[in-house]
Amino acid sequence: MKLETIAFNNLRRRKSRMAFLVIGLLIGVATVVTLISLSNALTADAQHKMENYGANIVITPHSDSLSLTYGGMPLGGVAVDSTEIRQSDLEKITTIPNHRNIAAIAPKVLGVITTDSARVLLMGVDIEKEFHLKRWWTIRGNPVLNDQQLVAGHEVAKKLGLVPGSTLTIQNSKFMVSGVLEKTGSQDDQLLIGSLPAAQRLLHKEGTVSLVEVAALCSDCPVTDMVQQIATVLPNVDVSAIQQVVKTRMHALSQFRTFSLAIAAIVLLIGALVVFVTMMGAVNERTREIGIFRALGFRRAHIMRLILLESAVVSLLAGILGYLTGMGITRLILPFMTEQQLHLQWNPLLGAAAVTLALVVGCIASFYPALQASRLDPTEALRAL
Amino acid sequence: MAFIEIDELRKTYRGEADCVVALNRLDLTVAEGTFLGVMGHSGSGKSTFLSILGGLCHPTAGQVLVDGIDLYQLSGEKLADFRREYLGFVFQSFNLIPYLTACENVMLPLAVKKMPGAEKRRAAEQVLEKVGLAARLQHLPNQLSGGEQERVAIARALVNAPPLILADEPTGSLDTATSQEIMELFKTLNQEGQTIVMVTHNSENRPYFDRTVTLRDGELAEDSQTSFQVIARAG
Repeated sequence: MKLETIAFNNLRRRKSRMAFLVIGLLIGVATVVTLISLSNALTADAQHKMENYGANIVITPHSDSLSLTYGGMPLGGVAVDSTEIRQSDLEKITTIPNHRNIAAIAPKVLGVITTDSARVLLMGVDIEKEFHLKRWWTIRGNPVLNDQQLVAGHEVAKKLGLVPGSTLTIQNSKFMVSGVLEKTGSQDDQLLIGSLPAAQRLLHKEGTVSLVEVAALCSDCPVTDMVQQIATVLPNVDVSAIQQVVKTRMHALSQFRTFSLAIAAIVLLIGALVVFVTMMGAVNERTREIGIFRALGFRRAHIMRLILLESAVVSLLAGILGYLTGMGITRLILPFMTEQQLHLQWNPLLGAAAVTLALVVGCIASFYPALQASRLDPTEALRAL
Repeated sequence: MAFIEIDELRKTYRGEADCVVALNRLDLTVAEGTFLGVMGHSGSGKSTFLSILGGLCHPTAGQVLVDGIDLYQLSGEKLADFRREYLGFVFQSFNLIPYLTACENVMLPLAVKKMPGAEKRRAAEQVLEKVGLAARLQHLPNQLSGGEQERVAIARALVNAPPLILADEPTGSLDTATSQEIMELFKTLNQEGQTIVMVTHNSENRPYFDRTVTLRDGELAEDSQTSFQVIARAG
């Protein structure tokens, strides 16, 4: 027989009160776990989507001469006389220390070509990577599938009267227009987009590219470090980070997380209040019992230990069950919150944090009731003596 | 030598209009091994007397010595230790803990003592056997009769082998036959050398006491002479 025996027996034989306490704290912990695990899953999803939405590092050749712009960004010299980037050098990007953070390397070759009726800007791209990266592109028809196909920008298509299925002759080569871009409001509307090898051949730029867009896979990885690393392996090019893109991503993710944590904190506070009120009620209900303990020689510290011990057991149970419930709820509602099939990770760190949080909140909420219990006057408590 | 020495004991409570005197200038000495009955009408100060003697309620004035220890010179926690080591309480209406079995209730005073669990259990089983409840160890209080609950309460008071047992109206809620059984049990314990102070208003219990004191309006109104015989026997 120890204090622990008394605490366990009280909880075991007063199941409804224990259940009420556990449920009160469990709701708080489960909400925190749900919000955090949802936030983690959705952050990962958002991060993944955002990382695939456009580049955040641009590699351009050194040039002091003619400057064209692409998407409103200065791209350095892409004129014929400027230094081009050797395509074979791009392999070196995959050797940088942070190479695991690179989601996509999308090289492009740009140049002016003459069609049957007009001079237009042709952009050759790595078909698979470019169309993956530019998810905001809506194509009427199909994307480019081979070297004999082109996608026409909205304005080019309008000017040249191109529709999906049209043919276009460029330097005696026939190309089929597989699709037409819906209006993007960017310079993409002015482009003819084809495969990289075909464009290199038409522009006589075999083995070279005009610029490279790099998508770095990270919400908090050091993009500026990656810029340095790429500049080291490619010394003859300009490498720059699009800070705005990086910062916007970071900001969006951090706002999402802050919102989740704020909601979680409020719910947890309510959980703590439930524990506090229930424990205060329990202490009042047990006044006589505490009087008996005191009369039998229990010290104040023994009474405090007894109440806090009970609360710790309840909190531990609420922490474990809250974690499991929270993960279960996340599993149930996650499919309704995202189009993609997300895999929910059982995070032992979150589990440990949930149990610790429940213990801390439960014990803090019970501290005052325990103190009150220990201060009870045994004579008043007993009223019999 | 006196085991309990009470000197000029006074206890007042602050009422709405004036002070209520619960005990006034009470002097009493009790020898070791005495079965003392404290009698009196309701409001005579019996329960206050027992609370003060039990270290539960500070007197307004006066001194209480048990086995030479000046109770109210002890700090709050030391007083708790004194209760644990020196006293066994038998409360009015049993005051058993409803979610603990008979055996666990008896082990309560040992819960905060540093001794092996098996030893605690053995001590509890022995006293329960002594009060005739060897077969009821695992029963919860609500599974026991009034008399059996009272026996559990007595066993709880005995488990620590305290020098002094304080009992507050232990037969108050029992029928006549069970009351007699309980009083017989107390008498047996007393004959084994146990000092007992029992508060009661039931005059039928008087023959069991070695000595009876009667309180009236907080003052000692009557003191039977049996105490001298007890002192003589103890001596």
